[in-house]
Amino acid sequence: MYSIRVSPPGPHRFAFFAGPKPSLCGERVSARRSAMPSPIQNPRFLLYHRCLPLHFPPNPFPFPPNPRRLLHRSTAALSPQPAPAPQTLTSAVPPSSEILSIRESLLSRRKTAAEIAAEYLDRLRRTEQQLRSFLHVSETAMREAEEVDGLVESGAELGPLTGVLVAVKDNICTADMPSTGGSRILGSYRPAFDATAVKRLREAGAIIVGKTNLDEFGMGSTTESSGFQVTTNPWDVSRVPGGSSGGSAAAVSARQCVVSLGSDTGGSVRQPASFCGVVGMKPTYGRVSRFGLMAYASSLDVIGCFGSSVVDAAILLSAISGHDRLDATSSKHEVSDYASQLVSLDHLESKPLKGLRVGVIRETIGEGVDLGVMSSVQAAASHLEQLGSIVTEVSLPSFSLGLPAYYILASSEASSNLSRYDGVRYGYQATADELSSLYGDSRANGLGPEVKLRILMGTYALSAGYYDAYYKRAQQVRTLVRKSFKDALDKNDILISPAAPSAAYKIGEKTNDPLAMYAGDIMTVNVNLAGLPALVVPCGFVEGGPAGLPVGLQMIGAAFHEGKLLRVGHIFEQTLQNHRFIPPLLAET
Amino acid sequence: MALIYFRCIRMNHLFLHPSSPFTKKSGVLFCTLQASHAQVATQVNFQNQGKQKEKSIQTATKKTLEHHKHGYEAIIGIETHVQLSTLTKAFCSCPYLYGTRPNTTICPICMGLPGTLPVLNSKVVEFAVKLGLALNCELSMNSKFDRKQYFYPDLPKGYQISQFDVPIATKGFIDLDLPVEFGGGHRRFGITRIHMEEDAGKLLHSETGSYSQVDLNRAGVPLLEIVSEPDMRSGVEAAEYAAELQRLVRYLGVSNGNMQEGSLRCDVNISVRPTGQSQFGTKVEIKNMNSFSAMNRAIDYEISRQVLLHREGQSDQIVQETRLWDEAAQKTFTMRKKEGLADYRYFPEPDLPEVVLVKEYIDEIRQSLPELPEAKRRRYEKLGLSMQDVLFLANDNNVADFFDAAVENGADAKLAANWIMGDIAAYLKNERRTIDEIKLTPKELSELIAFIKNGTISGKIGKEILFELISKGGTVKSLIEEKDLVQIVDPATIGALVDKVLAANPKQLQQYRGGKTKLQGFFAGQVMKESKGKANPMLLNKILTEKLHAGS
Ligand SMILES: [Zn+2]
Repeated sequence: MYSIRVSPPGPHRFAFFAGPKPSLCGERVSARRSAMPSPIQNPRFLLYHRCLPLHFPPNPFPFPPNPRRLLHRSTAALSPQPAPAPQTLTSAVPPSSEILSIRESLLSRRKTAAEIAAEYLDRLRRTEQQLRSFLHVSETAMREAEEVDGLVESGAELGPLTGVLVAVKDNICTADMPSTGGSRILGSYRPAFDATAVKRLREAGAIIVGKTNLDEFGMGSTTESSGFQVTTNPWDVSRVPGGSSGGSAAAVSARQCVVSLGSDTGGSVRQPASFCGVVGMKPTYGRVSRFGLMAYASSLDVIGCFGSSVVDAAILLSAISGHDRLDATSSKHEVSDYASQLVSLDHLESKPLKGLRVGVIRETIGEGVDLGVMSSVQAAASHLEQLGSIVTEVSLPSFSLGLPAYYILASSEASSNLSRYDGVRYGYQATADELSSLYGDSRANGLGPEVKLRILMGTYALSAGYYDAYYKRAQQVRTLVRKSFKDALDKNDILISPAAPSAAYKIGEKTNDPLAMYAGDIMTVNVNLAGLPALVVPCGFVEGGPAGLPVGLQMIGAAFHEGKLLRVGHIFEQTLQNHRFIPPLLAET
Repeated sequence: MALIYFRCIRMNHLFLHPSSPFTKKSGVLFCTLQASHAQVATQVNFQNQGKQKEKSIQTATKKTLEHHKHGYEAIIGIETHVQLSTLTKAFCSCPYLYGTRPNTTICPICMGLPGTLPVLNSKVVEFAVKLGLALNCELSMNSKFDRKQYFYPDLPKGYQISQFDVPIATKGFIDLDLPVEFGGGHRRFGITRIHMEEDAGKLLHSETGSYSQVDLNRAGVPLLEIVSEPDMRSGVEAAEYAAELQRLVRYLGVSNGNMQEGSLRCDVNISVRPTGQSQFGTKVEIKNMNSFSAMNRAIDYEISRQVLLHREGQSDQIVQETRLWDEAAQKTFTMRKKEGLADYRYFPEPDLPEVVLVKEYIDEIRQSLPELPEAKRRRYEKLGLSMQDVLFLANDNNVADFFDAAVENGADAKLAANWIMGDIAAYLKNERRTIDEIKLTPKELSELIAFIKNGTISGKIGKEILFELISKGGTVKSLIEEKDLVQIVDPATIGALVDKVLAANPKQLQQYRGGKTKLQGFFAGQVMKESKGKANPMLLNKILTEKLHAGS
């Protein structure tokens, strides 16, 4: 009989999940737990003042309420000035679309797809030793490029991404390459299918060049939590590229690929875009199908785009967007051809953003944000103003609540989503002669410490007796966050903020201080809670590394207003003076 | 498709024996599960402890149960899982067919592979609304799915998609009539809730017990869980509740309701308390009953077991546990003790949007509902049928439809019921067929009844024709003509036949006239035989009597 031989269901059977002892997760986890000030009593433990650099007392505000004065004062009052642009690149040529240039080369027969692919693959090989941004590089990319040349030769109609080398974050399933999610528990896993976004890329003619490194299952802000390797920042290889989509951001920054896909649950596209000096697009929740994206927090996850220009991000987004019958949360909202709406530099009027209402989120500028970052963002605000927009300050009262709410919701969903990695059907399987140790050992050995930490937090938050204090309350905060964004976006066309409180920091700098690392997500998590689109464009530099470190400006729009964000971002990027975001690593090689 | 996905599965035994029918030995092995020795030991121990007591109950007869129960009251509630007969599973496009080879109707979604997402099959909602309306429930205009989380090898995602705090239907009731042989009577039992969820896969255990195999064919098949109020008091009531549910889902066409295949599974909660006590006794769950009669027996057994413990002052021996019904031993035994309440950490399923119903949708479904068993029974009662007839006819909607069509064609209700419950039912039983599989049409049954009633054919001939109609079809009229079966009603013709028989049997005639009047039957039989069964029996007897007496 069935009942006699096999343990009955119920999580209480498995000490790893229910047991109060975190011992199975290693010492690091227990250290982290003890760093938390009695989480049991206080559901807002993540707001612990000492660890969270951004804490705003209700009063006084760091800036006077008059927005004009704020902006006039800002550049003068907030030194230091942005670091000068890298010396080697004196001209202020705005970034141009690599995708369009490839297309032009192919159509004019100036270059073959094979030549273009060889160029990128060569650079990839040269830089990869230092960057380690790829977990797997396609073995068929050259052959696919040759096939593209055959297609060009035959005069067939070319898809919008024909011959474009796209890197894909390794938590997005690809049928012809391993997909590990950065986790050892999926070390040997090869999916049987392409994610919908990948399928659409291929249909648009793209060549998938490889799978990029990430924090395990997207949980982290530095890519240091990868189960396999640490990726470095092309601007300074002693620094992190950000995360969790660090591999995808670094790969675009170093031109190891043309564009790349990432995923953004709490800022995992935008923060590494900022750290690596590339454009990062986090679409509206539901804009891009999640089918084939390994779920971290299903209600927050979205696949996003990296490019070295806004046009490239726009072309990529158009290719992957749209309803998918395999994802019930994907939207039927119409997809526009985002890139076609972007005006070229020659056609810009003197005040191209005339009448655009821009709100600077008050809670994102002030204590806890690096001065250099702050002045870059203030300069960006001034720049937007010069382009004709009306810049005011706007307050999101629930902003600081977003971070703890995010970590509760994301961890809760993660604890559930990661249950399937049990060693029974695929991936790493521990040798065990008994069911509960098969589960326990497979997960204890297969999952990394950050993932275990979040599974424990999420399991705890969903447990009977704690659900109302944590999960339910976090959902209430989420409703508040949504509402405050809605109010702010009723009065403004876009909202702006830094993409991260600092530029890229050193590898290892925050690995022992998870709360400090979580606090770094303050700029981005609220956007995920509200499900809104946000675009990060490089806007300046701070000192650090051999050539300064890039800083990203985050622009947030109303749901499905990606087109507007890309238009503003494009004009901003094309008119930005004296900055060029080509990393020194690239100049060296 | 399915074959491609096998690449992801650890074992490929299937490919080594592609044509061999599945046995426990040759299935796809997903994983080996070693039995926990400690657990087996506990199991055995408990059974030994319980042995003495259980044996004594086993010998208890039906009569003594009533005696046993005296002074105690059993409280019974039932959780029923109904597997829906949708073309595809609840959240993917795999079909499900009972009995197919393991792991052949699976896809990345129902296997729970990384990156896959559920998409709700709208038929599941439709079926849930149908059943909700049929069970007189309040429907939730906005309901949602939740995740019920636990680890088990047959649960590929580590959670089951179910409905927790906002089920699609609540607060209903079911009406039924108890069978006459169990004393009859009408009952109404409350329905607490109906919710939608997905089924898990199956574990197949090796004969040695050293490992288990996972078959995911059933994973993701849609279920409706129907929770009753604790309104039942006996095995009969509980079994009839389940039978009425089966009738309903079959009438509605939402499930085949087959208990042997597991399409209808009942988990019964039983507690016993002294009559008059308001507080409930400790609840015991019973599973693994695969017929209504097994339910009836299992429940009565369990009631006796618990009452006995109460009587012996050992009510503390009744513990929260799950017991299984052992059909061979005719008793329940402990499957597992419940170690406190399991925490399933329910939370709203973020991959699925809310289920929003609109009034028009519900109205449309309400209008499409067939006449349900309860309404049918009340209508048949009004036709003047006995409760026995009513229950028989309304038990199966195909039979009821057949009956209704015959009556619609003018057949007398009582006569039609007699034919259906008598000769037709006997045929169906012998041939293991259903009423919609035979060639006889309701129209021809009504014709047959009419031809007998107006004297065209005799009842005896009618019976013969019936079997012809059932197996070969055709019309009553053509059969009668073709076989020249029209009843002889002409007195002269019958008189001639009688004369012939009397002339042929002078000896018997002499005896009859000598006082042996019993011989009239013999003559009648001979005349009927001479007429090839076609003589009208009434006329025959009248004329025969006249002629027998005429000569004396
Ligand atoms: Zn399936």
